[in-house]
Amino acid sequence: MSAITTPFSERSSAWTLPYRGKVGMAGLIFAESAIFTIFVVAYLFYMGKSLSGPTPREVLETPIFYTICLLSSSLTLHFAGKLLERGRRGAFLTFWLLTILLGALFLYGTGQEWHRLIYEHGLTISTNLFGTTYYSLVGLHAFHVTAGLIMLSIVLLFGLAGRLGPEQSARVDVLSLYWHFVDAVWVVVFTVVYVLGR
Amino acid sequence: MFSDVIAIQTAEAAGRPWVETLHEWVTTVDHKRLGILYIIYALLFLVIAGLEATIIRIQLIRSHNDFVSPQVFNRMFTMHGTTMIFFVVIPVMFGFANYLVPLMIGARDMAFPRLNAFSFWLTALGGFLLYFSFLGGNGLYGAGSAPDVGWWAYAPLTSRAFSPGHSSDYWTIALLVSGFGSIGTAINLIATIISMRCPGMTLSRMPLFAWLNLIMAGMVILAISPLTAAQVMLSLDRYLGGHFFDTQAGGSATLWMHFFWIFGHPEVYVLVIPAFAFLSEIIPVFSRKPIFGYPVMVGATACIGFVSMSVWAHHMFTIGMNSYANSFFAITTFAVGIPTGIKIFNWLGTMWGGRIQFKTPMLFCIAFLFQFLIAGLTGIMLGAAPFNWQLSGSYFVVAHFHYVIVGGILFALFGAFYYWYPKITGRMFSETLGRLHFWLFVIGFHLTFDLMHIPGVLGMPRRIYTYEPGRGWETLNLLVTIGAFVQGIAILVFVANLIISYFKGTKAGNDPWDAWTLEWSVSSPPPAYNFASIPVVASRRPLWDLKHPEDPDSRYE
Repeated sequence: MSAITTPFSERSSAWTLPYRGKVGMAGLIFAESAIFTIFVVAYLFYMGKSLSGPTPREVLETPIFYTICLLSSSLTLHFAGKLLERGRRGAFLTFWLLTILLGALFLYGTGQEWHRLIYEHGLTISTNLFGTTYYSLVGLHAFHVTAGLIMLSIVLLFGLAGRLGPEQSARVDVLSLYWHFVDAVWVVVFTVVYVLGR
Repeated sequence: MFSDVIAIQTAEAAGRPWVETLHEWVTTVDHKRLGILYIIYALLFLVIAGLEATIIRIQLIRSHNDFVSPQVFNRMFTMHGTTMIFFVVIPVMFGFANYLVPLMIGARDMAFPRLNAFSFWLTALGGFLLYFSFLGGNGLYGAGSAPDVGWWAYAPLTSRAFSPGHSSDYWTIALLVSGFGSIGTAINLIATIISMRCPGMTLSRMPLFAWLNLIMAGMVILAISPLTAAQVMLSLDRYLGGHFFDTQAGGSATLWMHFFWIFGHPEVYVLVIPAFAFLSEIIPVFSRKPIFGYPVMVGATACIGFVSMSVWAHHMFTIGMNSYANSFFAITTFAVGIPTGIKIFNWLGTMWGGRIQFKTPMLFCIAFLFQFLIAGLTGIMLGAAPFNWQLSGSYFVVAHFHYVIVGGILFALFGAFYYWYPKITGRMFSETLGRLHFWLFVIGFHLTFDLMHIPGVLGMPRRIYTYEPGRGWETLNLLVTIGAFVQGIAILVFVANLIISYFKGTKAGNDPWDAWTLEWSVSSPPPAYNFASIPVVASRRPLWDLKHPEDPDSRYE
């Protein structure tokens, strides 16, 4: 028995495994993808099946400008991550702030669109199937953008407090993965709602 | 060395107020304590859901019985099914995974200990919400009622018109909340298994238990998430006037079925793959042979996971899909039988030529092999679309899936309880009581679920609260109910064994079964930090290498 209680002596030197944060975030992204898939399937399934108006063709306008904002925020975030890795804190904060602003601008765009749809066209979630599926799919995405913005802002606060250095770069990268995912989902939502849906 | 540490802790614990101990358990992030919490929580709900099953069986003991009203009967089968799936089997599987995976892969804890605690308490909150519906289901009217829409809650039963009050909302929110908990634990398990293995523990040296739980966790992520999405849609329908499942506004009741079964069928495999994991650890140890066909076992499980994602509509043959869909789902359903058959042959291959020890855990595993085979065969029968048209929605289906869940999963679980009980508590269980439990349960199980197939074939539909005399169902239902009571007695023996052995059992020592995986290298129960020094492994059976330095496995791998 004594051989069992102090069992393992040798130690191998080169033993590295993937960073758990990245693996965890990948798991979350798979779960979220499954959730979005169900909402996208519902949207596609109910396309053109509303019993009453308004229809997407009548009321939807393609939000090209805000889409560009969101997609370019992925780019600025990528640069910010690289800058943090190299320890250039000032430049990192600038790009990080830019990312948050671009994300917030996108959210403003969604808000404006919803305001227009509700007050000008009377489309709410209970109006017809289009309203139900549109608000839930776009809303689900906007919810994820909001969650991402909150997390990005927390990192910004840490950065402004001077608590962020290259040693946190791996953790910041985990958050970046999430934001890239949210952007990638928008490409799908955009295609489904504004291209196929009209 | 470890035993001293443990002794000091126990001496301290004896002198401390119980509030402090309780506080320690509520705030714990230790994977072993959370594992135990999961298991105890699941056992509690097992008793509750078992009582609900008993009420169902008493009601059906003879025709025109009026033990409970039809409304109460509906609530009982809804709560029984929902509880057993979401608040018994999932938590107990997560409990074992939580407790054992870090120990087996030589880690000190899970990858995200706080996420682990958070997930457990979410699951606990979900179960609480579901049962709070007995008080709050009618809102402020006071009377209260539990959900009564069946565990799959088909639309339009869940619409405001047919389910007023809040009972369906409690059902939805309970599943939503516990679903988030399940996703959290699944992510945690994956990150732990990928990123926390001890040096030398390559993927091909991992115990099959860890492999199978990795696949299970992946399936949880892909299966529970659609349910979560569907529950959000249902809530939108009920609270914000959405039309997802509202047929009056062009919505589709069929879509709910698809969404539910995209979750529902993989869910069966989420539950049964951990059962496979138990067998893959227990059978080799009690056959005194390494597992037969390790890589094939991993491959077959991955294959089951993959194929089971595309079989869901075999639950929906009777809704009238076109012949292409029917053929597709029938073929994929049959296909699942192939990797499952491979696994059964591998377990038999492990036992073949081994010096088999018929201890209680092994008895349960052997019974599993027979019963799961029969369950699989009735599954193939139901997977054939024309046969399904005849028997869908009958007691034949009820008998089939209880054969899977009780005859398969629950038997494997009992095996796991007895196998790891010495490790978790540090005490041996009573072998006599264990055998009594086994034989009583085998008799009760077969009395109930073998016979239950027959009223199904004779045309008895599921979910009816009573039936007319003279259809040849009475004697069978009487015997089925008697079998249920025998199972109930067996469960009491099991619980008694757990409790008595905890206080009176002989000390187990580190390794009572002469086993080969890392959890048996530490003291029983393991210290909070698991391993004083992180182990380094060189083969699939590190403890064999240690006990047999003259002939280690590592020489042949």
